[in-house]
Amino acid sequence: MTPFDKLTGVAAPMPLVNIDTDMIIPKQFLKTIKRSGLGANLFDEMRFTQDGAEIPDFVLNQPAYRKAEIIVAGDNFGCGSSREHAPWALLDFGIRSVISTSFADIFYNNCFKNGILPIVMPENVVKVLMEDARRGANARITVDLEAQTVTTSDGQSFPFEVDAHRKHCLMNGLDDIGLTMEKAAAIDSYESKAATQRPWV
Amino acid sequence: MKARTLYDKIWDDHVVHQAEDGTCLLYIDRHLVHEVTSPQAFEGLRMTGRKVRAPEKTIAVPDHNVPTTLDRANAATMTEDSRIQVEALDKNAKDFGVHYYPVSDVRQGIVHIVGPEQGWTLPGMTVVCGDSHTATHGAFGALAHGIGTSEVEHVLATQTLIQRKAKNFKVEITGSLRPGVTAKDITLSVIGKTGTAGGTGYVIEYCGQAIRELSMEGRMTVCNMAIEGGARAGLIAPDEKTFAYCMGRPHAPKGAAWEAALTYWKTLFSDEGAQFDKVVTLKGEDIAPVVTWGTSPEDVLPITGTVPAASDFKGGKVEAAQRSLDYMGLTPGMKLTDIKIDTVFIGSCTNGRIEDLRAAAAILKGKKIKDGMRAMVVPGSGLVRAQAEEEGLAQIFIDAGFEWRLAGCSMCLAMNPDQLAPQERCAATSNRNFEGRQGRGGRTHLLSPAMAAAAAVTGHLTDIREMMEESV
Repeated sequence: MTPFDKLTGVAAPMPLVNIDTDMIIPKQFLKTIKRSGLGANLFDEMRFTQDGAEIPDFVLNQPAYRKAEIIVAGDNFGCGSSREHAPWALLDFGIRSVISTSFADIFYNNCFKNGILPIVMPENVVKVLMEDARRGANARITVDLEAQTVTTSDGQSFPFEVDAHRKHCLMNGLDDIGLTMEKAAAIDSYESKAATQRPWV
Repeated sequence: MKARTLYDKIWDDHVVHQAEDGTCLLYIDRHLVHEVTSPQAFEGLRMTGRKVRAPEKTIAVPDHNVPTTLDRANAATMTEDSRIQVEALDKNAKDFGVHYYPVSDVRQGIVHIVGPEQGWTLPGMTVVCGDSHTATHGAFGALAHGIGTSEVEHVLATQTLIQRKAKNFKVEITGSLRPGVTAKDITLSVIGKTGTAGGTGYVIEYCGQAIRELSMEGRMTVCNMAIEGGARAGLIAPDEKTFAYCMGRPHAPKGAAWEAALTYWKTLFSDEGAQFDKVVTLKGEDIAPVVTWGTSPEDVLPITGTVPAASDFKGGKVEAAQRSLDYMGLTPGMKLTDIKIDTVFIGSCTNGRIEDLRAAAAILKGKKIKDGMRAMVVPGSGLVRAQAEEEGLAQIFIDAGFEWRLAGCSMCLAMNPDQLAPQERCAATSNRNFEGRQGRGGRTHLLSPAMAAAAAVTGHLTDIREMMEESV
């Protein structure tokens, strides 16, 4: 996993609420057995017509946002399915951070496993960031994970909360499985205890 | 000892390790696996030389991609990429030695129907799957939720998950349901009230008389859609109905082990005075048969209602509602019962069990679907299909003009060829009405199996209660 420390990039405004995982990556692209290459189909049905032509109005098709690295989104971003193809598609497109008033739990969790930082901000702050994002490519938002701040292009800075364990893993690009395997003795002892207490499991 | 909720109790019994910051390593009792969200996880194990830690607690079944047409034994019915995914699961199940129900097995079906049916899902367990509708298994008083593929790999390798505890949310349905109102109407009505983000960060416990009065299958329907309300997991405390359902299932305990399990299961309820962080109460008698009009499961209205206008909403929902109305091709003010339907889909992990098929067949008996209507029934498992055939339900569906399919996820998410065409309007017993969910441009109205059957007959969304009066 690519570590995440500090990112300054173009933010794309997507004020729509309830942007779901079917919008982020429609099911016809879940048939892959790889994690890569999904960026081409990120937001596919919002971004392209049925015959594959770009829909010019869609934010990521606009010249200012084609290289966006941040999305500022409406409430409840990532609701719906558990498909990790959603963060894979975002990452493959180049998105490293999403800012919203709330995220669906499973999507939020999946982001951290893939080097993407989802940031929850209060409504008034999201509003300011959304306005900044609307200014296009010249407005570059800075996300600083170590300092836990988001800074607009004109220097307004807002703090955010992030779980300490997730922050540590994200900043160091750590593999969860490796960390858990170091606790193998604890898992062994849990299993032997459970085998006595709940042998039918 | 401090009064604990059902969620607290199951959580406490599965903590392997707790870090100072509260992050826990939680033991997983059952890991269900399907073909779409697992190939990258198994590949990760291969690349790192890791094994599946507990193959005996891992159960795999292909469901999302598989064709449901009767000719599916012929591999040519699958697209190349679908076939590769199913073959990858065949190979991974064999290489890593996990329990497996291949497409050719009569027990194959939707993973959330197979788990309970085979007795893999039992009260007090932790159950995960790379699928958000894992919440279904909460009906047994099991802590069950969806996970992403990285977590699938984590569970395969370690039989644990890194978790932080969610908050407790009590949803109480008091009193009894009125005739024609079902578990589907309960779960949709709750989402209509709390919104699709209302449960974010919570585990829901459904309780109250109306929940107690539901069968196990109805309870599965309720818990299945906890995720549509934003909660990763929904729970219902186990009771005599739960125990009766589990007893005798192939993987349920037997003899002395059963007795020991039962003693433990009877401790699984929220203690008197246990603290909930949020409580919502609905009166069972106030719940009507409902349908969705928009493209979010929170867009729920009683069937007697009318299509709302965007201006009826506030904040970000105004734009979303307008987008939904445009997408769904609906005009504010029109009666929901005037909405014409092209296609009816009965099936999915929400409503693909035998009682769902019985409810639909009861409406369809001796009737025909509307001319030009496309209608299909996709049983949730091969065993549900076999039982429906034995009970004569299959023949009722076929006589009415329905297609009688083989088991799979089918048109719920339309990964296989069962899809809607643009602007095709479907009454579906599934769980999501998102844009494009059932096929690009397809329009979905979520409802109960009986309401879906009624729409198939009349050709438009229909108040099931009127049809029930007719048949009396």
